[in-house]
Amino acid sequence: MASPDMDHPEGPQIVADPLKVPNLAFGAMAEIKPFRAHPNHQEPLGFPGELVGNWKEVAIEKIGELANTNRAFRVYLDACVKCGACTDKCHYFLGTGDPKNMPVARQDLLRSVYRRYFTFAGKYFPKLVGARELTKEVLEEWYTYYHQCSQCRRCSVFCPYGIDTAEISMAAREILDTVGMGQKYCNEIIGKVKVIGNNLGLQEKALRATLEDLEEDLEDETGVSVRIPLDEKSADILLVTPSADFFAEPHIDGLLGYAKVFHQAGVSWTVSSYASEAANFGLFIGSQDNMKALCQRIRHAAEDLGVKRIIFGECGHAWRVAYNFLDTLAGPFDFLDPNYPVPQHILEFTLDQIERGNLRFDKSKNDHIRLTYHDSCNVARASRMGDKPGGQFEVPRAVLRAVCNNFFDMDRDTTHESTFCCGGGGGLLTDELMDLRTKGANPRMTALQRVTEDHGVTHMAAICAICKTQFSKVMPQFGYEMDSVVSVHQLVSNAILLDGQEIDGDDRVPEVADAGVT
Amino acid sequence: MLSALYAGLFYLSASILVFGVVLRMAIYARTPAPLKIAQTPAPTTRIGVFWRMLREVVFFQSLFKSNKWIWVFGWTFHMGLLLVLLRHLRYFTNPVWFWVEWIQPVGLYASFALVIGLLGLWSRRLLVERIRYISSPSDHLMLALLFGIAVSGMAMKFVARVDIVAVKVYFLGLLRFKILDLPPDPILLVHLGLVFVLMFIFPISKLLHGPGVFFSPSRNQVDNPREQRYAPRTPAN
Repeated sequence: MASPDMDHPEGPQIVADPLKVPNLAFGAMAEIKPFRAHPNHQEPLGFPGELVGNWKEVAIEKIGELANTNRAFRVYLDACVKCGACTDKCHYFLGTGDPKNMPVARQDLLRSVYRRYFTFAGKYFPKLVGARELTKEVLEEWYTYYHQCSQCRRCSVFCPYGIDTAEISMAAREILDTVGMGQKYCNEIIGKVKVIGNNLGLQEKALRATLEDLEEDLEDETGVSVRIPLDEKSADILLVTPSADFFAEPHIDGLLGYAKVFHQAGVSWTVSSYASEAANFGLFIGSQDNMKALCQRIRHAAEDLGVKRIIFGECGHAWRVAYNFLDTLAGPFDFLDPNYPVPQHILEFTLDQIERGNLRFDKSKNDHIRLTYHDSCNVARASRMGDKPGGQFEVPRAVLRAVCNNFFDMDRDTTHESTFCCGGGGGLLTDELMDLRTKGANPRMTALQRVTEDHGVTHMAAICAICKTQFSKVMPQFGYEMDSVVSVHQLVSNAILLDGQEIDGDDRVPEVADAGVT
Repeated sequence: MLSALYAGLFYLSASILVFGVVLRMAIYARTPAPLKIAQTPAPTTRIGVFWRMLREVVFFQSLFKSNKWIWVFGWTFHMGLLLVLLRHLRYFTNPVWFWVEWIQPVGLYASFALVIGLLGLWSRRLLVERIRYISSPSDHLMLALLFGIAVSGMAMKFVARVDIVAVKVYFLGLLRFKILDLPPDPILLVHLGLVFVLMFIFPISKLLHGPGVFFSPSRNQVDNPREQRYAPRTPAN
C-alpha cells in the first residue's frame, strides 16, 4: 500500500500510532454542526417545531425529569471526579484535538448546568465547582458538541465508574428536542420509519421490485433459485435488517449472503414491508418514546406474519436496541417459539448452521482478500452474541475464519471492547459532518494501515450498516478503495456452496448427503 | 468552650455525612433504570456482577486499563487512606480490636503512601494539559483539603506529638455523649477542623463517587436481557 499522503496530498494527516494523543486545539470543531430539523421533522416525533419561548424553563425542567427517571443520568452527573482517565479515549478527540471532544469535557457541558440548578454547591458556589447558567450560547454549544459524539461507549470502558458519555449525549439531545432544537438527519429518518417503515422511505412496491431483482441476480450467479421473500405469512423467521441492505454497497452483498444461508439451511423466512428497518434512531436522540414506537412496529409485523422467530441482520446500534430493549419496550414475545432467543443475530444463526455442518464453503473464493475485522461499537460494548460474555467478538470471527483463509486482527487496543468507532455512528452519518467523520475515522484507519503494512491486509469486514457506509465514504481519503469495506455475510456469500450450484461451467455442487461432506 | 465547639462540629458533621450519604443512596436506589445498559462484555449472572464490582472497587480494574499513572497514584492514595482510617479506629474503641492493633505499624507507613498518591494526582492535575483543562477550583481544593488532613495528622505523630491518650478519652466520651476536655493542641485542632469540613462536603461533592460506583448501571447490571425479561417499573412502562 502506497503512503496515503502521496496519493492524497490534501488528505488528513496520518499518525503512525492510532492511540497518539494530539495537542489541544481549542475551538477547533466549534463551527461544525449538523443541519437543524425543520418543523415538519420535529412535530411527528412529538417535539416542538421551533425553539420554544420559555426554552430555559423547559430545558431545566427536562433535566430534573431525567434525573428523576434515569439512574444512569443522575449517577453519572454526580460521580465524576475528573480523574482524566477518559480524556484520551474518544476517537473524535484523537482526531480533532478539540478539548471539548474529551469525554469528561463533553459531559461537563451539561454537568455544569445540572450543578447550577440541582446541586447545593452549584447553587451557592457556582464558580468553585464550575457551574454555569443555561443560556442560548450553552444550548448552541450542546447542539454542536453533543452532535460530535457517536455514543460509542469507548470512554465508559476506561472510566473507573463506568460513566457512559453516550447516556449524557442522548439525554442532551432529548433536552434539545424538547425545546425545539432537533437534528434534521435523525428526526427526518425517524419520521420516515414511523410512516413508511424504513429509513429510506422505500415503499412496499419498490421494496418488492428490488427484492425480485436481487432474486434474479442470485439465480444468474448461482443457477439456483434463492428466494428473498417479502411479507410471506407463516414463514418461520422474520428477518429485520437495516434498509441499507436493500440498496447500498457493500450492504446488499450481505443481504445476498443471508438469503443463501437461509436457503441452504432450508428454513422459511421473510422480510416485512411494515417493519423493513432494523435501525432505530430513537436511540441516538435519547427518546424512549420514539424508540418504543419503532420497536412496536417489529412486534406487530411478527404478530401479523405469524412468525416463530425474529432474526436481525448486520447492524450495530440496531442489535443493541434489539438485544437489550426490544423485549422491554415491545414485549413480552411469548407468541414466538421459546426454543430460540428473542431476538437472534444473523451471525448466531449462520455460525450455528456452520457448526451443525449444514453449510459448505470454498474458502479459496475469498483468497483475493486479506481480511481484518472492525468490531462495531454497539455490538462490542452494548450487546452480546451467543451465550457467553464476549461472544460478540468470537461469533463474527468464527464465521470469518470459516469462510476466509487470510484473517488478521488489528492492534488489540483498537479491537474488541476497545474498538474505535467508524466515525459515523450515533446519528452523525450525514454529509455536512464529513469533516468530523473523516477526522473521527483517523484512529481506526491508522490501526488498519498498520495491519496493511504488517500483513498486507486489503479489506476490512464490518457488521454494521453505518460502519459500512461511513468506511466506503472515508476510506478513499486514507488510500483505500471504497469497496475495501465488506459485509461479513458478503464473504459468506462468496464462499458458500449451495446445493446444485453451478461451479466453473457445468459442474454442480452435489447434495450434502451425496458428498458426505460436513 | 473549645471542647464543646469541637463536640458540636463533630456531631453535626458526622450526622451530615451519614444522613447525606444515606439520602443520596436512597435517591439513587429509587431512581429507575428504565433500560438494560450493561457495558459489555458483562457478567451474565448476579454473582458475576459481584466479582466485577469487587475488581473495580478493590483494584480499580478499568482505571488500570486506562492509564497506569492515574492508577498508580489513585490506588496508592485510596489504599493508604483506607489503612489510615482503619488505624484510626483505635481512637474510638476500648479495648482496641485485635486486628486494629495488628495494622497499627502498616497504617503509619500507609500515611506516606496516601500523601505520595495525593501529590501524584495533584501534579498530574497541574502538569498534564488535558487534566488541567477539565479541573475546577473545587478539584484542587479537594486535594488541598486531603493534603492538609494528611500532613497535620502525620505531624502529630512524627513531629510534634500530641497527648493522644487525652484525645482518645475525649472521643470515647463523645461516643457516650459526654463532653470531656480536648487537648488545645493547634495541630490537632487544624486536623480535626479539616476532617469536619471533609465530612460536611462529602454528600454534596464529587466524593459521592464512593457510594455512586455501586449504582452505575453500566457496571452493576447483569447482561441477560434475552434470558430474563427486563421490565422495571417506570413511569413510561
